[in-house]
Amino acid sequence: MAGSNGSVPTLDVENLQTYFFTKAGVVKAVDEVSFSVQPGKVLGLVGESGSGKTVTGFSIMGLVDEPGRIAGGHIKFRGEDLVGASEDRWQQLRGNQIAMIFQDPMMTLNPVLRIDTQMIEAIQAHENVSRDEARQRSRDALGQVGIPSPDERLKAYPHQFSGGMRQRVSIAIALLNKPDLIVADEPTTALDVTIQAQILYEAQKLCKETGTAMIWITHDLTVVAGLADEVAVMYAGRLVEHGSVDDVLDKPLHPYTHGLIGSVPSRNKRGKPLEQIPGMTPSLLNLPPGCAFKTRCPRADAACETAPDVTKPDGGHRLLRCHHPHLDELAEVPA
Amino acid sequence: MTVFIIRRLMQAAVVVFFMSFLVFSGVFVIGDPVDILISDEADEEDRERAIAALGLDKPFHIQYLRFLGKALQGDLGESFIFEEPALLLILERMPATMELALFALLLAVVLGIPLGMWAGLKPDSVAAKSIMTGSILGFSLPTFWVGIMMMMLFAVMLGWLPSTGRGETSEIFGLEVSFTSWDGIRHLLMPAINLSLFKLALVIRLSRAGTKEVIHQDYIKFARAKGVSRNRIILVHVLKNIMIPVVTVIGLEFGGLVAFSIVTETVFAWPGMGKLLIDSIGLLDRPVIVAYLTIIVFLFVIINLVVDILYSILDPRVRLQEMKA
Ligand SMILES: Nc1ncnc2c1ncn2[C@@H]1O[C@H](COP(=O)(O)OP(=O)(O)OP(=O)(O)O)[C@@H](O)[C@H]1O
Ligand code: SF4
Ligand SMILES: [Mg+2]
Repeated sequence: MAGSNGSVPTLDVENLQTYFFTKAGVVKAVDEVSFSVQPGKVLGLVGESGSGKTVTGFSIMGLVDEPGRIAGGHIKFRGEDLVGASEDRWQQLRGNQIAMIFQDPMMTLNPVLRIDTQMIEAIQAHENVSRDEARQRSRDALGQVGIPSPDERLKAYPHQFSGGMRQRVSIAIALLNKPDLIVADEPTTALDVTIQAQILYEAQKLCKETGTAMIWITHDLTVVAGLADEVAVMYAGRLVEHGSVDDVLDKPLHPYTHGLIGSVPSRNKRGKPLEQIPGMTPSLLNLPPGCAFKTRCPRADAACETAPDVTKPDGGHRLLRCHHPHLDELAEVPA
Repeated sequence: MTVFIIRRLMQAAVVVFFMSFLVFSGVFVIGDPVDILISDEADEEDRERAIAALGLDKPFHIQYLRFLGKALQGDLGESFIFEEPALLLILERMPATMELALFALLLAVVLGIPLGMWAGLKPDSVAAKSIMTGSILGFSLPTFWVGIMMMMLFAVMLGWLPSTGRGETSEIFGLEVSFTSWDGIRHLLMPAINLSLFKLALVIRLSRAGTKEVIHQDYIKFARAKGVSRNRIILVHVLKNIMIPVVTVIGLEFGGLVAFSIVTETVFAWPGMGKLLIDSIGLLDRPVIVAYLTIIVFLFVIINLVVDILYSILDPRVRLQEMKA
């Protein structure tokens, strides 16, 4: 499947299904999810807590553990299908060509190993370089994410860093081997606004300069607006809306996205109360048939008892999963 | 760090002081050694003289103060039986016990950590289940019974190993050791295994529990996300984390190992201080009993100190915060 510019996408996920086979039943954490990311582009993956964003990221890393399993679909990395790839192949790719920044910075670094140990091993796992050279590169990577006196900090242990600093260390680790694809799982939530801006700027620069593709998982729509090229909205394990950032944020078609954007304070809604989506995310365990959003959707009707298929509302790039989308948004567009 | 050690040593001195009092009064109530020491034929005068010579005619508090005064000068009294300083008697026997205990500890750690990690990594495998069943046996079978069974099997029936004694020894730094000769090792093997079984079971359980907990941590997943090999994850990331509880517990248990060697030493006639203690209790040789118990207390205190230091070396989170105090 060729992208808009005709090149092979860095990542092409097709009908991905990642299920957890628990004692209580099957949790369809990721169900029939498809998207692709071109080199140098950023895909924003948004959705509320428990919608399956992290599990999607772990699937791309080959890090889904028992009782979870990829039950179907394809994960094509530069044309190579990784579903069913050997553990050796995964190990070659992980941290080298595909890197991930984890969600919780307090838990991602090993508490009993020094920062330099944890960085150097990430380089030496993939390249035959001396410790000294690996240390140099680690130091430069720490500098790149704005950690002061990196030489000293290399010798420190994780508990000597604040949460924000730890997150920067794990970002630096993800950047170490100049990967082709980075999955960033809410990497800036623990950081204060100025650092966040700096990291976002660095991330964008990296993508443009080196052609790194990025999947940026977040709750924060303003981050998506500033950083991403495309956005995919996830709800209860499925993508409900997918398109370019301009299209989706300006003209949200899916009732869920519509509500989500209504809940963000923004320039043209000043003074109006923030809307909220009533209700809670349904449990993914034994999800009832039909649209998963129906219990919370203001537009739900009898048709929604059957699961909506993917449609192309504007006949182009956009994808949607809803029986009654806000098509009026499309009509409203001034020329 | 130095301040920390000095403070701990002072605490240790207080503990040893209180323990010595408890031990002394405990032994005082056990029984009167006079009946055993002095032959029935001795007349009343001889008897009185002997009692006075041993200082047994004085009231309890005088006896204790006298003991304390001498103890402070490193003199824990003279054995009634051997008529030698009790401390010397025990120290003579100490290397044998220490060698046995250290060897048992080594076995427990060298076998227990890999077995426990294996059981933790593959909890549903047949091997893991056998290991865990074995560890339950290690916990529940009485040491003396296992010792006797081993002796019957390997010494009496198969004739592979000698049943009792210490065998050939040689001196290293003035200490008698057996592990330098084949004959010595053959003698050491069975008692050491016997003594280590309980601790082996303990190390297996600790390592398994630690491994099961650690492999589910985010930082292990993150290490995998970096492409670090499985071997390195197990040998560095997991092992370093589980060493913290294992070293702490095993270190603290070492004192128990030394104390527990009494049973093994008795079964295998191992000439250590445990056997000396049992003999001394039989003869109500009060100074030796008191000296032995004081030494054991002292040993426990030292071990605790060493464990705390080791712990702080292994766990960087403890190092900076608590050691400054
Ligand atoms: N090991 C597991 N066993 C069973 N269910 C799991 C497991 N891991 C994740 N899930 C389920 O998968 C679903 C998606 O979880 P995921 O962590 O991907 O959500 P998320 O979108 O990243 O949420 P958040 O924004 O809170 O990080 C959840 O409903 C969760 O219960
Ligand atoms: S399919 Fe029906 S319930 Fe689901 S989002 Fe669309 S309108 Fe709402
Ligand atoms: Mg998540």
